[in-house]
Amino acid sequence: MRLHRRDHWAALLVLVPTVAVAGLFLFGFALWSGWISLTSSTLLPRYDFVGWLQYQRLFAMARWLTAYRNLLVFGVLFIGFSLGLGLLLAILLDRKIRGEGILRTIYLYPMAVSFVVTGTAWRWILDPSLGLQETARGLGWASFSFDWLSDPDRSLYTLVIAGVWQSAGLAMALFLAGLRGIDGEIVKAARIDGAPVWKIYAFILIPLLKPAFATAGILLSVTVIRSFDLVVVLTGGGPGFSSDLPSRFMVEMAFRRDQLGLGAASAMVILATFIAVITPFLYAGRQRAR
Amino acid sequence: MTRVALYAALLGAALLFLIPLYVVGTASLKPLEEIRAGGLFSLPVAPTFAAWAKAWGSACVGANCVGLKGYFLNSWLMALPAVAISVAVGAINGYALTKWWFRGSEFLFGALVVGCLIPFQVILIPAARTLATLGLFGSLSGLVLIHVAYGVPVTTLLFRNFYLTVPDPILQAARLDGAGFFAAFFHVILPLSLPMLAVASILQFTGIWNDFLFGVVFTGPESAPVTVALNNLAGATLGAKEWNVNMAAALIAALPTLVVYFVSGRWFLRGLTAGAIKA
Repeated sequence: MRLHRRDHWAALLVLVPTVAVAGLFLFGFALWSGWISLTSSTLLPRYDFVGWLQYQRLFAMARWLTAYRNLLVFGVLFIGFSLGLGLLLAILLDRKIRGEGILRTIYLYPMAVSFVVTGTAWRWILDPSLGLQETARGLGWASFSFDWLSDPDRSLYTLVIAGVWQSAGLAMALFLAGLRGIDGEIVKAARIDGAPVWKIYAFILIPLLKPAFATAGILLSVTVIRSFDLVVVLTGGGPGFSSDLPSRFMVEMAFRRDQLGLGAASAMVILATFIAVITPFLYAGRQRAR
Repeated sequence: MTRVALYAALLGAALLFLIPLYVVGTASLKPLEEIRAGGLFSLPVAPTFAAWAKAWGSACVGANCVGLKGYFLNSWLMALPAVAISVAVGAINGYALTKWWFRGSEFLFGALVVGCLIPFQVILIPAARTLATLGLFGSLSGLVLIHVAYGVPVTTLLFRNFYLTVPDPILQAARLDGAGFFAAFFHVILPLSLPMLAVASILQFTGIWNDFLFGVVFTGPESAPVTVALNNLAGATLGAKEWNVNMAAALIAALPTLVVYFVSGRWFLRGLTAGAIKA
C-alpha cells in the first residue's frame, strides 16, 4: 500500500514536538542534573567544575546515609509485603468466590487515593495519644503499646504499614489477572494426577506468574523511589531524621536549603539505585516477550 | 469448612482495608471533644458537619485561614487541562507511531518507557530553572506544563499499545477513499478509541490530582493544589490538633478520585495494568 507523502509528513510533524519535549525534559534534564552535581552550586546553578566533591560531601553526611539505608529497608519490606499480601489475596479470590467483584473493589480503592490523604489518615490512627494505642487501652488493655510513630527505631515501619495498605491491592489485581490468564487445562491435568491444591499453586501456578511478578515489581519499585509524599506527611522524616528517605532529602537540600549541587548529587544516586533495581525486572519482562 | 475459613479470611482482609476509611469518615463527623475522649471506632454521638465546613472554608492552610476551597479549585484548574492535553496528544501520537511513521519507533518506544519510570528527583532542579526562565515558576500554568510533559509518555504508550490491536485494513479502506492523516484519525480511529480515551483520562486524572511532589516544588502559596494545602493544613505544628478538621480535609482532597474510582472501577484497573504490561 502506497503511503501518501503528505500524510507521512503529517505523522512526523505530530511526533516532533513530543520527541523534542521528551528529549529535553527527560534526557536533557537528567544530564543537566548530572552536570550540576559536579559543580559547587548553592542557591543558583554555578557552572564551575569541582569533580566528585558533592558526592564526597553527600556520603560523609550521617543524615544521607540514614536516608539511603532507610530506602533499602523500606523498599524491601514494602515490596515484599505488598507482593506477599497481594499474592495471597489473589489466590484466595481465585477460589470461585461469591462477591468477588465487591471484594476486589474494596482491596483496590486505596490506590485511587493520594499518599497525602493516606498519610494524614494513618498519622491520626497511629498517633500514640489518641489513636490505636489509646483506644485499646480505653477498652481495658492497659499494657497495650503502639507508639512506632514516636519511636526513632520503628517510625520507618509506619511507612511500610501505610504503604502496604495502599499498594497491596495493585499487586492483587496484577496477580489475579495473571492467574486468570493461565490455561485451565494445566490445572485440570494436575488435578487428575491427584495433586493437592497447595501443591498446584506452589509448583505450577506461582512459577507461571513470573510476568505478573515482574510487572508488580517494576510498579512497586517506581513507587518506592518516588515515595516522597508519604514520608513528608506521615512522619516528616522523624523523629529527628530517623525515617528520612532520599527523595525528601533531595527536595530539602535543593529547594529549602539552597544546596543545589548536593541535591543534584543525591538525585543522581537515586537514579543510579533505581536503574540497578529495575534492570533485573525489565530483563525478566523482556525474556517473556521473546 | 475450608470454604468458611476462606470467606473469613477474605472478609477479614476487606475489613482491614475499610477500617481506615471508616475511622476517617466517623472522625470527620465528630465534635472535637468526642475525638479527645478517645475511641477510634466509636460512632459519633452528636454528628455534625462543622469540621467539614471548617476544613472547606476557614481552617488555616499555612498562614492563610481560608480553608481548602480555593486549593480544591486550583486542583481542578490544574487537572482538567493537563488531562485533556496529555490524553489528546497521547492519542494522536499513538496513532502516528503505529499507523504512519515507523523509522526510529523502537527508539522512541524505549524513550517513552524511560519517561514512565524515571525517578522525578532527577528532573526537579532543571525543571524549576526552566519554569523560572519561562516566567511560569509558581504558577498553575507551569504546573500544567510539567504534568503534560511527564504525562504524554504514559498516554502515548497506552494508545500505542491500544492501536497495535486495531487491524490495519480498517485504516487502509479509509485511505483508499482518499482520507488523509487527520481525516482518517478523526473519522475512523477516534470513534474506535472511546474505551482507551476513558481509561487514559481516568489514569491521568487520578495521577495528576493526587500529585504532591510537583505541587510542592513548583507552586506558590496561592497556586498550590489541594494535596499540598491538605499537608499544610494537617501538618501545622502550632496549637492543638483538630483531628476532625484534618480528617474532613483529607476526605475533601480524596473525594474526586474516590468518586471516579467507584463509578468506573473496571476502567481504572485497566488503566493501571495496561501501561505496565507491555513495558
